[in-house]
Amino acid sequence: MTLTIIGALPLLGALLIGTVKKEQTTVVKQMALLTSILTAVAFAITAMRFEVDRPGFQFVESHSWLPTFGINYALGLDGISLILILMSVLLVPVVIIAGWHESEGGRWSAKTFYVLILILETMMIGVFAATDVFLFYVFFEAMLIPVYFLIGGYGVGERSQAAIKFLLYSLFGGLLMLASIIGIYVISGNQIGHTFDIDKLATLQIDSLTQNFLFLGFFIAFAIKAPLWPLHTWLPDAAKSATPGTSVLLLGVLDKVGTFGMIRYCIKLFPDASKTFTPMIITLSVISILYGAFLAIGQKDIKGLIAFTSISHFGFITLGIFAMTTQGNSGATLYMFNHGFSTAALFILAGYMMRRRNSSTIADFGGLQRVTPILAWTFFIAGLSSLALPGLSSFVSEFLVLVGTYTRYPVAAILGTFGIILAALYILIPVQKALHGPTTAGNEYLPDLTRREKIAIAPVIAIIIALGFYPKPALDVINPTSVTTITDAGFSDPAPTGGK
Amino acid sequence: MSAPALNYSLLAPILVILGGAVIGVLIEAFAKSTSRTALQKTIAFGSIILAFAQVWRVHNQSSASVAVKSVVIDGPALFMQGTILLLAFFALFLISDIDNFTAQASAVPGSEEERSALQTGRQQTEVFPLTLFAVAGMMLFPAASDLITLFVALEVLSLPLYLMAGLSRRRRLFSQEAALKYFLLGAYSSAFFLFGAAFLYGYSGSITFEGIRASIVESPQNQIFLLIGMTFLAIGLLFKVGAAPFHAWTPDVYQGAPTPITAFMAAATKVAAFGAMLRIFYVVLGNANWNWRPMLNVIAILTMIVGSVIAIAQRDVKRMLAYSSIAHAGFLLTGVIALNKHGLEASLFYLVAYGFTTLGAFGVVTLIRDSSGEITDLNRWAGLGKRSPKIAALFSFFLLAFAGIPLTSGFIGKFSIFSAAYESNNIAVVVAGVLSSAIAAFFYIRVIVAMYFTDAHDDTVSVVIPSRLTSLTIWFAGLVTLILGVYPTPLLNQIEKIATFIH
Repeated sequence: MTLTIIGALPLLGALLIGTVKKEQTTVVKQMALLTSILTAVAFAITAMRFEVDRPGFQFVESHSWLPTFGINYALGLDGISLILILMSVLLVPVVIIAGWHESEGGRWSAKTFYVLILILETMMIGVFAATDVFLFYVFFEAMLIPVYFLIGGYGVGERSQAAIKFLLYSLFGGLLMLASIIGIYVISGNQIGHTFDIDKLATLQIDSLTQNFLFLGFFIAFAIKAPLWPLHTWLPDAAKSATPGTSVLLLGVLDKVGTFGMIRYCIKLFPDASKTFTPMIITLSVISILYGAFLAIGQKDIKGLIAFTSISHFGFITLGIFAMTTQGNSGATLYMFNHGFSTAALFILAGYMMRRRNSSTIADFGGLQRVTPILAWTFFIAGLSSLALPGLSSFVSEFLVLVGTYTRYPVAAILGTFGIILAALYILIPVQKALHGPTTAGNEYLPDLTRREKIAIAPVIAIIIALGFYPKPALDVINPTSVTTITDAGFSDPAPTGGK
Repeated sequence: MSAPALNYSLLAPILVILGGAVIGVLIEAFAKSTSRTALQKTIAFGSIILAFAQVWRVHNQSSASVAVKSVVIDGPALFMQGTILLLAFFALFLISDIDNFTAQASAVPGSEEERSALQTGRQQTEVFPLTLFAVAGMMLFPAASDLITLFVALEVLSLPLYLMAGLSRRRRLFSQEAALKYFLLGAYSSAFFLFGAAFLYGYSGSITFEGIRASIVESPQNQIFLLIGMTFLAIGLLFKVGAAPFHAWTPDVYQGAPTPITAFMAAATKVAAFGAMLRIFYVVLGNANWNWRPMLNVIAILTMIVGSVIAIAQRDVKRMLAYSSIAHAGFLLTGVIALNKHGLEASLFYLVAYGFTTLGAFGVVTLIRDSSGEITDLNRWAGLGKRSPKIAALFSFFLLAFAGIPLTSGFIGKFSIFSAAYESNNIAVVVAGVLSSAIAAFFYIRVIVAMYFTDAHDDTVSVVIPSRLTSLTIWFAGLVTLILGVYPTPLLNQIEKIATFIH
């Protein structure tokens, strides 16, 4: 029941907010904040009780939901889902504090904004905790709706177009996945009786042709979500149009559903097909890494920059996942967690900057270092984390991914390393332009961070630094699940070749 | 020769409705105009409730020889009769808003006669008995078990609908055009149907379903007669459900007919027509499936794609819903093609789910008006989300259900019907269905965009305060759509129990 209760907390908060009058925006915000903090605390306490070395799902609960189809309402946690839910519930309060005024200027009231955010939080918990494929799909699709309204209703610029593009891409992927889900459901019916239980489905014997098609249905859906080149085109538009807070949730959490799904569903359910498609996916990942990085260098818009860096980072994550080594897998999982926070930091700080300057063009921010030192320094740290500087969290994960990939696909790993070099360019050039150099006219009197803004960004920066120096707790949680994933899929780590 | 034995108990639901319809005609002729509307409503609702009670009373019984061998009452038949009655009940709530109908259908549009009828409030109310006749035909259609009864039922359900399509008070010429089109094409398809029936008789020497089925099982001769017969019979039926390439009437009729009638027609006719179709293809022609399945496969795929692709180009809400109903006919055809028990169950569930969502969606359309009547131009729906958030939210919910988003009945329906088709190895249909769902999502979402993300540039359009009956209908439809999306188990269990055709 624990997971259901925690998952229901935000929904409950949303219902309570529903009873408040529209005009009482402060009350609404406080209630939303309180709910999200409660959820985060409740989940953190639960996470403490997670036994790292026990195999399989923990905090399991299962109730029959649609017995006609063998569908259960089944939840459980393994290392990967634990770490991703933790990331999600930590990011929501941060986003609420950081974007305290974000809902202003939206098409609808602040009340609707926070109701949507909280409903989304419930679905985020559900999508990671579900151990029934059907239930996962329900969350996977249903969570599009609140995001759609968050982008379309509260964003800037061409927000409704961006929202539609996001929704159509996602729905298209989702429907392909539905076809695969139906396929695996029918096969389960022929072999072991209708079920959607992920562990039982993993035992099915599926001939390789069918497996390939079913795999593609899942994979394309996840590749759109992640997003992997060439299915990424919705992301920059969505990120440019959404509010910074929504962007954090979109890139930080929702896109992780894609990479999470690749580990949990693609590899687990279709190990042979995963093997077949690995060369293709590795290639796409490397393209993503380089493509995202090159385009990031050319970005003049700060939100566009973060979006393209993310495409590059997601390339690293998929590379790590499909390297099919335990190092690569746990590196990729840790990367998901770290990327959540470094992207959050970048978006939140970019949000602060844009609010001060009413512009998102990088060139407009010249000389912030002198005018607003705290803002500039925190942005610098976030940027360094994004380029994976040693000592900051992303370094560990990027390193693990590359090492894990090198043992099997040395060329891909070497090409991926170029991504790191490009990262230095795409982060340092804008940092130099925006923060250092002469103060751009109009920036002379910009105020530095307020207390609220500091409170929001502090924990994010703290996590980035702490995990950079001491990633062990996170890796301890992730590693056993990664080992299980890789060995269950029939892979073993290649023996180190040693120096010759 | 002795009189044929009739099982009145099992025929009661249909007889009650027919009785009500006849009384309605008499009231129309003899009752004073002041009390006529109230009387008609009483009779209409009364007979539907009574008929539903009768269906409930016999819901555990079944017989293959209810009226000699012309009518069969079994689980699916009773289920569909119950569904049609429920849908008709709520459609009547919409129809009760008599303001939508012309005061005097026989008056020439724009004539003095019409104006005086409107001014003096001499409202004719023939729509109620007509609805009851149509309902009776619809109830008989899925229960018919010989070709003659099937044809009679088809005509009894169709003829009133042709008339009802022409009853609109506003834009009367448009409405009459729709009625004429519907009638001409309907008559044409009836001819096809009869032609097919004649060939099936020629093939088997029998008009009963039992006889035709036996001929198919026993004698593989005269295949050509069988092929011609079932092709033409299928064309007649496919016309009724609006499958491509026999769909051309659907958008015009849906758009021209008074919206409450469109709602009734879209929801209930589908149930009846698919009911009959399921029986014919599962029971009668089941053993000849090598012959018809490839053909229906092509038609199903074509219907899904035509419906969803053409809908993209529509700027009129009613036309868009019409094309969406064509696409849904394609989805339902996958249930027919599946030809297994799951396919039957899934089709029954889908019909209920789709019926209520459609009723609700058209119910909302009746509310969006300006001073000259209903507004169905999508551009003028802009900004509705701001002015009437509840109605817009409800309509969006119906659209999401059409699109098959989880937590709506449409999703469970789609899932179950596609998985039945997959089970019978018709994977091409499943893939086409999934792809056309993706296309369809585009135009459903466009309406949501218009309502929520576009600023209103036209303040004359507004949502009228719904009458109590209309709002009951749309909210009930919303509730059914939600419940069947979140916890459909009771209905699924019930369907599983009854979904066996007897023959």
